[in-house]
Amino acid sequence: MRSVRRTSPVRDPELLRDVALVCLASGVVGVSFGAISVAGGLPVWVPVLMSLVVYAGSAQFSAVGILLAGGGPVAAAVTGLLLNTRTAAFGLAVAETIGRSWPARLVGAHLVTDETVAFALAQTGPERRRAAFWLSGVGMFAVWNAGVLAGALAGGALGDTARYGLDAAFPAVLAALVLPALRQDAGLRRAAPAGAAVALAVTPAVPAGVPVLLALTGLFAYGRRRPA
Amino acid sequence: MSATVAVILALAVGTYAFRLVGPVLHGRVVLPARVRELLSAGAVVLLVALLATGALTEDGGFAGWARPAGVSAGGILAWSRAPFVVVVLGAAVTTALLRAAGVA
Repeated sequence: MRSVRRTSPVRDPELLRDVALVCLASGVVGVSFGAISVAGGLPVWVPVLMSLVVYAGSAQFSAVGILLAGGGPVAAAVTGLLLNTRTAAFGLAVAETIGRSWPARLVGAHLVTDETVAFALAQTGPERRRAAFWLSGVGMFAVWNAGVLAGALAGGALGDTARYGLDAAFPAVLAALVLPALRQDAGLRRAAPAGAAVALAVTPAVPAGVPVLLALTGLFAYGRRRPA
Repeated sequence: MSATVAVILALAVGTYAFRLVGPVLHGRVVLPARVRELLSAGAVVLLVALLATGALTEDGGFAGWARPAGVSAGGILAWSRAPFVVVVLGAAVTTALLRAAGVA
């Protein structure tokens, strides 16, 4: 059954506004990534190239942090990869949303991030999910990379970005996007807090990236298959 | 090829490979309904774990009070069905104000 919609998914002003806000926030974080990298002594092309081809905020910050701290290239690459293993699970979860054509698969895969997956999964219906994924994916890729370039060129002009509180904004983005799913699904209300507790408990003891993977053990609390 | 280029390339190729698993398998491997259900539940579990670790931890330790306070403010706003913009800005502004007031 097709429901009557006042707005098409791509012209949904609410979705556009939400995506624009997250793009803006990630653009500012991109600026700080570019600025931190260059201030630490890396040439401008390093953060810029890394953002284009790796395109994963937390892995980029950790890799550059390790490089700048003298931790060595192997540790930098391994930590970044460990942080990004979760994108495999995310890619599986949004595969249907990305689409079937090969250009869509190859480009869409690169746009799989925490935020695009959260935006897609927060929508109801395949059409709206697809629109949300591509809108947030293309928007964030453009703004993140523009931000990194600007930050790398400008250096420390923004000052310490911690004072803008953006580090609290991203967990809040995730909270806003996952709450509808948590409200709907009692299984998730058991599995997600259990997983988060495991992740928090092991964080001091294991390498970065591993805690969220171990959170998947929370799925044991997910329960039996829901009736269709 | 410098070590830095090697790091960037290894990260880029590895990350893209992780991301490509789902889209490449889609349509070739028919996953049972239960597995598909667990995959999307798993994505939500991962996002909530990222939320929790992102809110509370930094480099394996406690992130300080300002950030979890801001995230909690955002969470309360989201729970009371405030608009997305209000949730996100509420979290950032709370943390920013606490930091301006000297709370780490």
